Amino acid sequence: MTLADKDRIFTNVYGFQPWTLSAAQKRGDWDNTKKLMEVGQDAIIEEIKASGLRGRGGAGFPTGMKWSFMPKESRDGRPSFLVINADESEPGSCKDREIIRHDPHKLIEGALIAGFAMRARAAYIYIRGEYIREAETLFAAVQEAYDAGFLGKNAAGSGYDFDVYVHRGAGAYICGEETAMIESLEGKKGQPRLKPPFPAGAGLYGCPTTVNNVESIAVVPTILRRGASWFASFGRDNNKGTKLFQISGHVNKPCVVEEAMSITFEELIEKHCGGIRGGWDNLLAVIPGGSSVPLVPGEQIRNAFMDFDGLRELGSGLGTAGVIVMDKSTDVVRAISRLSYFYKHESCGQCTPCREGTGWMWRMMTRLETGDATVDEIDMLQQVTKQVEGHTICALGDAAAWPIQGLIKHFRPELERRINERAAAMREAAE
Amino acid sequence: MPKVTVDGQEIEVPAGATVLQACELAGKEIPRFCYHERLSIAGNCRMCLVEVKPGPPKPQASCALPATEGQEIRTDSEMVKKAREGVMEFLLINHPLDCPICDQGGECDLQDQSVAYGRGASRYHEHKRAVTEKYMGPLIKTTMTRCIHCTRCVRFSEEIAGVDEIGALYRGEDMQITTYLEQAAKHELSANVIDLCPVGALTSGPYAYEARPWELKKTLSIDVSDAVGSNIRIDSRGREVLRALPRNNDDVNEEWISDKARYQVEGLTRRRLDRVFIRKGGKLAEASWDEAFKAIAAAKPGASIAAVAGDLLDCETMFAAKALLKASSSTLLESRQGGMDYDCSNLAAVNFNSTFAGIEEADAILIIGSNVRMEAPLVNVRLRKAAKKGAKVFILGPQWDPTYPAEFLGEDLAVLSNLPQAVADALKGAQRPAVILGGAGFARGAHAAAVKIAHDFGMVKDGWNGFNALHMAAARMGAVMLGFVSKGGLSDLVEAKPKVLLALGADEVDFSRFPDSLKVYIGHHGDKGAHSADIVLPAAAYTEKPGTYVNTEGRVQRADKAVFAPGDAREDWTVLRALADALGVSVGFNSFHELRAAMVAEVPALGNEGELADYGALPKSVAGNAMPEGSISAYPISDFYLTNPIARASAVMQRCSEELTHGATFAEAAE
Repeated sequence: MTLADKDRIFTNVYGFQPWTLSAAQKRGDWDNTKKLMEVGQDAIIEEIKASGLRGRGGAGFPTGMKWSFMPKESRDGRPSFLVINADESEPGSCKDREIIRHDPHKLIEGALIAGFAMRARAAYIYIRGEYIREAETLFAAVQEAYDAGFLGKNAAGSGYDFDVYVHRGAGAYICGEETAMIESLEGKKGQPRLKPPFPAGAGLYGCPTTVNNVESIAVVPTILRRGASWFASFGRDNNKGTKLFQISGHVNKPCVVEEAMSITFEELIEKHCGGIRGGWDNLLAVIPGGSSVPLVPGEQIRNAFMDFDGLRELGSGLGTAGVIVMDKSTDVVRAISRLSYFYKHESCGQCTPCREGTGWMWRMMTRLETGDATVDEIDMLQQVTKQVEGHTICALGDAAAWPIQGLIKHFRPELERRINERAAAMREAAE
Repeated sequence: MPKVTVDGQEIEVPAGATVLQACELAGKEIPRFCYHERLSIAGNCRMCLVEVKPGPPKPQASCALPATEGQEIRTDSEMVKKAREGVMEFLLINHPLDCPICDQGGECDLQDQSVAYGRGASRYHEHKRAVTEKYMGPLIKTTMTRCIHCTRCVRFSEEIAGVDEIGALYRGEDMQITTYLEQAAKHELSANVIDLCPVGALTSGPYAYEARPWELKKTLSIDVSDAVGSNIRIDSRGREVLRALPRNNDDVNEEWISDKARYQVEGLTRRRLDRVFIRKGGKLAEASWDEAFKAIAAAKPGASIAAVAGDLLDCETMFAAKALLKASSSTLLESRQGGMDYDCSNLAAVNFNSTFAGIEEADAILIIGSNVRMEAPLVNVRLRKAAKKGAKVFILGPQWDPTYPAEFLGEDLAVLSNLPQAVADALKGAQRPAVILGGAGFARGAHAAAVKIAHDFGMVKDGWNGFNALHMAAARMGAVMLGFVSKGGLSDLVEAKPKVLLALGADEVDFSRFPDSLKVYIGHHGDKGAHSADIVLPAAAYTEKPGTYVNTEGRVQRADKAVFAPGDAREDWTVLRALADALGVSVGFNSFHELRAAMVAEVPALGNEGELADYGALPKSVAGNAMPEGSISAYPISDFYLTNPIARASAVMQRCSEELTHGATFAEAAE
């Protein structure tokens, strides 16, 4: 099973053509958007539901169902909002960046259609602070869309008024969490909110809000143009569609590539990345979905299906499909330790287990790098991760715990080897 | 009314209750740090985790989760126990083990809850975090390493005080609570964050290292620094009052007190009158009680004796003085020291009729001549709540920062005779309109106009009385109820040229208006009154005598005696009783019990502790010009921290005045 060029949604993901409106229109964007919207809001949501599209931001929540939570009409005069999450900060993920810098009009057209479907007044695109050039492109692309009459009053001739605002973040990972993003958009410190109330009830400025990933929104126009059944023809049941995979690390040709869901890991690597550096025997482990998911040892993932369910069976997850490949030259403890540092650094500090736990876990991980610990402490570290996981306001606590849990599950012998070797060396030195 | 099951016990909870409240209704204790009944829900400490079905298979923060029909809540399961242990361990890993030198010790939530829910020993062997101390002003001492980031202080200053003074910097484990640019917290309720802080991060500066909570005698008392009558607890050791803390009373002060109420007690040990003085050759010289009484008797006052009551007096003292004057056939009584002469013939016209809790429900409020933040900070908290609910607030008088949206109508009193259209429309359109007449309003003669406005705009109706007088003196309503006022105010007394003038803790009187009188000061602090007096008789401060106080909403409250007065000082009533003997008159009581009984017999409402006195309906009009002229150019309180003799004697209040009111900077000791 492999994706043919004719079935690619992101036809300019490598930037071989300009990103501008005229070039995008040649690629089929903004082609009679009015007609796509004429079928009506509920029909669009039904079509998205039928396509089986699951959120591309990591959690994989069905996109159509998420939209259907939005109020059909405003009972108290509050408008609804669409917030598009372009705060792509997950280590290993780089797909939204490619979409924004090379194919921004897919996103903007998707924003209009998705916003229309959920009866939103406007869309806010929250773009990561470090994406400076990308933000410039996005600002320019939105302006182009306004100038062409695709946004604003009577957007794209549909009779629907819709605005798109681009808001630049300041580089905090936590602002990628949907409620923290809403707080940040409101001008507050980016800290996740308690749920309930969920954003669909009270989100941005207290109004019903849906937060979607860039990729989830950008694929919408193409799904509507080509039909839900076309999109649903890719991938296994419950894991439909095409997906941008971002393969980094120890492969011969790291790349971002659109592929059908449920492709096997081996096929993905062989076909697009020129194989593992040093061959398959040299593969140590893979983090298949961005830094937040547990790693999977090389031998287990080779034939795995790269989709939500396939990777969950391996005790990991698809996440954002940011595949980090590590060969046997990798110091895997150091790698996970670095991720722990990342989560310690990016914890917002609001709730106790994450604020205190991420620092503790990182400090233990730095000691485990050199084996400066006892074997019992591995179990203690496992317990600490369990004390963080599921006890926090948002999922950052879980994300910080899982990589370590994956390491302990699969590489405990390596941890113990380091501890024992160091202990032996210390004994010799003392004699 | 959803039904939920807590640990197998089925209970019905009010709609809108949280799971935490449901557990409390079921009698289960839920540990918590960030949750506070009067603040918004933060849900960040994660200590209140419970197991809830249906729901995800992980513990839920009970403070933030609404209780819904059919929930099965467990507070005693293994999952909950583990979750609490885990959170407690996280809270403690970076908390210093400095309980022996921490002032919170003995009344620390973290201490108590770690005993009850913690694991007993630490598994954390890394370095602990240290955080530099933050400067938060003269009242709040900080040890930020102890902070557990519950953000109660942040939420208090934002939500209750209404100022963005305290916030959090940085993120993750580097997060720090601080004031903006480490400036002093300036709000007059700022020290309440000390009570709110569940650990020893914010402690009381002036009380630092003074005592341990278990050493202290706790006495229930009433604050006299303003006319709110805040319920306080006096903590004393031996003969010294060490601190004052708020008590819960939802009708009066909720659970806050002003910084002045909290810290003026420090002035109780300074500048005290602890001996009898008689002025000889222009100078006050020590004397005995006997000499003093003989000197007063020698003046042979007969009926030519007058009494002025100060702002901090209890009702019993005023009643004893009134009885003494009555026995001497004198009616020269006054309590409005500044010389105001507003009409006190009807008590409803000088009362805060809406009540403090009631004013929260008002939807349009006209404030005449009151800087409520200075005159009654806790009433301003109520007004802020009303404004948050949508009440429109208009203020006549010079600008001040109310902490909520309010429109200033200028300083010209003529506005009252012809209210701007917007104000008139707002008051007319309101369901529960209210007017608040403050100190400057009374002083500039706006009383009659305020009563007229109350009637003109339908502020008095079934179940609502929107006419409110906001007094500043704790003694005022008691004095008015006891008839301790004269029709023409202090001028009546001046005209009578009394041979003897009794100044009962009266320090704000212009004594130069009584050049020929023998001025006898009966009070506790060597302030303006004692300086002008011919004879000084030392008496007790509010913490040193039992007493009845009536706050500005007419609520009768009683305080107990916490400590003994210093030196020769006696409780005020005993001084007056002895003076009656010296003057050869009979007052009809020989004990405090008899005094109080006689007082209640005369004014029965003073016997109903905790209740609002019933003053009847607001009169159609009161004496005075209903179309006042002139302007309100200033408010009576220019310095919040120095409004009474006790506060003026307090070094803490003096420093607050210099630093917070007048902007003086103090070099840090470390520099």
